[in-house]
Amino acid sequence: MLLAKVVGTVVATVKDPGLAGQKLLVIQPLTPSGEPNGPQLVALDAVGVGVSERVFYVCGKEASFPFLPDHVPADAGIVGKVDTIDQGRS
Amino acid sequence: MILGCVTGVVVATAKHYKLEGRKLLLVQPIGPEGDARGVPMLAVDGGVDAGEGDRVLVVQEGKCASMVSGRADSPLDAAIVAVVDAVELE
Repeated sequence: MLLAKVVGTVVATVKDPGLAGQKLLVIQPLTPSGEPNGPQLVALDAVGVGVSERVFYVCGKEASFPFLPDHVPADAGIVGKVDTIDQGRS
Repeated sequence: MILGCVTGVVVATAKHYKLEGRKLLLVQPIGPEGDARGVPMLAVDGGVDAGEGDRVLVVQEGKCASMVSGRADSPLDAAIVAVVDAVELE
């Protein structure tokens, strides 16, 4: 899983039936310090997040697991919203 | 599998229900000699109770990650499966 920030939404009227009702979000992958890390991509939302929130996402076929037993054709999915990252040495 | 160093703990209240109760750690991929490689990622602790500063073994495949997490079809793609004591190179 990787960190990202939600930067936008995608609206698509004509789409695969498996994507019906799914929220499509544009995300910017981030490093833990908040720097952009690579190109933006579109991911499905499996937790209910909004623009400007820091999230983590999963890539590959696991991105469609949150929607089982429905078959959702997706290769990137947001599976959590980050509250904090504790990087202090214990 | 890759080697990594645990650099932080991620707190996320809103997340997919199959990730609930699982420890989410920030892991910096490293080479066998400890040199940082690439961007830090999030991995679920598969039950080895890794902590900050630990050198760990990370599996980066959804099926295996779900297996060690104990919940089939979990939307995750990385899990910590071992705490590394030593790496010996020829």
